[in-house]
Amino acid sequence: MGKANNVPPQPQKFEKSPSGLSILWREIVRDKVALISLIFIGLIVVAVYGISLVLDQKQIVTVDLFSLYQKPSAQFWLGTDYGGRDVFGQLIIGTRNSLSIGIIVTLMTGFIGILLGLVSGYYGGTIDNILMRILDFFMILPAIMIIIAFVTAVPKYNVVSFSLIMTAFLWMGIARMIRSKALQERELEYVHASKTLGSSDFKIMFTQVLPNLSSIIIVSMTLNLAANIGLESGLSFLGFGFPESTPSLGTLVSYARNPQTLEFRWWIWLPASVLILVLMLSINNVGQALKRATDARQRKG
Amino acid sequence: MWKVIVRRFFVMVPQVVLLSILVFLLAKSMPGDALTGMIDPSIDPAALEAQREKLGLNNPWYIQYWDWITKAVQGDLGQSFRFKMPVTDLIGQRLLNTVWLSVATLLLTYMIAIPLGIISGRYNDTWKDRLITGYTYFGFAAPLFIFGLLMLWVFGFTLNWFPTGGSVEPGLAKGSFAYAVSKFYHLLLPAMSMALIATVTTVQYLRSEIIDTKQREFILTARAKGASESRVYNRHILRNSLLPIAALSGYEITGLIGGSIFIESIFSYPGMGQLFISSIMIRDFSVVTALVLLYGIASILGALLSDIILSIVDPRIRIQ
Repeated sequence: MGKANNVPPQPQKFEKSPSGLSILWREIVRDKVALISLIFIGLIVVAVYGISLVLDQKQIVTVDLFSLYQKPSAQFWLGTDYGGRDVFGQLIIGTRNSLSIGIIVTLMTGFIGILLGLVSGYYGGTIDNILMRILDFFMILPAIMIIIAFVTAVPKYNVVSFSLIMTAFLWMGIARMIRSKALQERELEYVHASKTLGSSDFKIMFTQVLPNLSSIIIVSMTLNLAANIGLESGLSFLGFGFPESTPSLGTLVSYARNPQTLEFRWWIWLPASVLILVLMLSINNVGQALKRATDARQRKG
Repeated sequence: MWKVIVRRFFVMVPQVVLLSILVFLLAKSMPGDALTGMIDPSIDPAALEAQREKLGLNNPWYIQYWDWITKAVQGDLGQSFRFKMPVTDLIGQRLLNTVWLSVATLLLTYMIAIPLGIISGRYNDTWKDRLITGYTYFGFAAPLFIFGLLMLWVFGFTLNWFPTGGSVEPGLAKGSFAYAVSKFYHLLLPAMSMALIATVTTVQYLRSEIIDTKQREFILTARAKGASESRVYNRHILRNSLLPIAALSGYEITGLIGGSIFIESIFSYPGMGQLFISSIMIRDFSVVTALVLLYGIASILGALLSDIILSIVDPRIRIQ
C-alpha cells in the first residue's frame, strides 16, 4: 500500500493488454516478501503432506505412559505431551489437518458466496432484496458462539459436519463483495450487448461476468484461507474443533491452557503457535500482494 | 435523523425475533433437557414423564418457544443446573466484568490506534510509516488466541509483571481503593492483548483516510491561505478523517464479542465469554441460550449504534 502515485506502465498501442491472472502473477514476482512467502507456503505444503504419508496418525495419537512430558531429544524432536505422544509428529499431522480443513472451508464458502453474490447482484431488485436481508441476518449472528453451540448440538460429530458448520456461518463476506461487483458489471456494455444477442442469464452470469471477477475472487479466497485456518485452530484451541484423535495445530496450542504446560513445557505449544503465526502471515502477505495487483493505483509495476 | 432510527429499528425487530427462534431451536436440539441434570437417576420414569408434562416439555415447539420468550422478556431465563441459581443473577455477576474488559479494550484501542494512524498517514512512506504498516501487517495476520497466549507467557509467567488469572486479588474488601486498583491491574494484560490486535483495522482505515484527504483541494486552499501545518492537520484533515472512525465504533462491539470468548478463557477472567465456554462444556444449556441471545442482541445494537452515528456525521445517508 501507499504507492498511490505509482501509475502502472501503459500497455503499448498494439500490445495485448495483460490478463487478470498474469497481472496477479507479475505482482507476486515483483514483491519480494510475497514471493518468499509463497515459496515458504509451497515448501510447508509439500513437506507436511509428504511427511504425513510416511507417518502413521494412529501410532502418533496412541498414549505412551513411559514417556510423558519428555524434553526435546534425538528420539522425540520436539518432546512429548501429557500422553507421551510425539509432538513433532502431531505438529506435522496437525498442520496437514488444519491446512486441509482451511482449504475445504474456503472452497465451500467461496462456492456459496459466489453463487449467491452473482445471482443477487446480477438480477437486483426483489431477489437482491430478499437475499440481502438473509445475509444481514447471518452477519449479526455472533458467529463463534453459534458455531460452538452447533458443534455441541450435532449428534454425529466428525470432520465433515465440522466443515459444514463452519461454512454455514462464514460465506457472507465473499457473497457481499461479489454482489457489489456484479451490480457494477451488469451495467456495463458487454452485458447489455450479450443480452441483446439473446444469451441466457445463466450464460451471462457464469461464462461472461464470472471470469471478469476472477482476480478479486482469488484475492478474497486467499485472505479467507488465512482467516479460516486461524478460526479452525482457534476453535480447536477452545476444544470445539477436531476431536483429540485428529490433531490440529489448535489442539497442540490448547495444551497450553494448562498453566503448568504454558509455563514450563514450551516445546509442546510454542512450535505450533509459531507455525500458525508464520503460516497466516505468509498467506496474508500473498493475499495483500494480490489485492494490490487488482487495484491499478497501488501496483508496484 | 429520526426517520433513519425508526426505520433501522423496524429492521432490527425481526432480526431479534429470528435470532431468538434460532437460539431456542438450537437449545432444543441439544441432548438432554431441563430435567436431565436436576434429578437423581433413581426416580421413577413415570413420575419423570408427569413432571415433563407439567413443565410443558411435551408441547409442540412453538408453544414452548412462546412460554420461553414471554418469560425471557420478563427477565426470567431459567435455572442454571450447575450453579443452582437463576440464569439472570448468574449473568448479572459476570456481565460487569465483561463490560469493564470491553470498555478498557475500546479505550486502549483508540488510544493506540489514533496516534499511530495519524503518524502513519501524515508521514506516509517514511520509516515511521513503514514501521507502523509492518505492525498492522503482523496484527492483521496474528490470531488473537495465539497473541494472547504469548502475552500471558511473556508478561504473566516469564517476567511476572502481571497476574495470570482472575479478575481481582482474593480477600480484598469490595469498594475499597485497593480493590479497584487490583481490578484494574488484572484487567490490563487481557485488555492490552485484545486492543493491540483490534487497533489494526482502525490504523489502516485512518491512514488511508488521511492520505486521501491530504490530496483534496480544500487542503490546498487551506495551505494557500497560509494555515500552519499543524492547523491543516488538526483542524482540516483530522476532522474529516476521524468521523468515519467514530461511526465504525459500533461495529467494534461485534469484534469484542468474539475476542472476549478467547481472551477470557486464556486469562481465566470470570466474564461472560468464559461462562459460555464452561457452561457449554458441561451442557448447562439454559445459560448457553441466554448468553448467545444476549451477545446477539449486543451486536445488533452495535450495528444500530454505528448506523445512527453514521447518519449523524454523514448527511448523504439521511437523504435517501
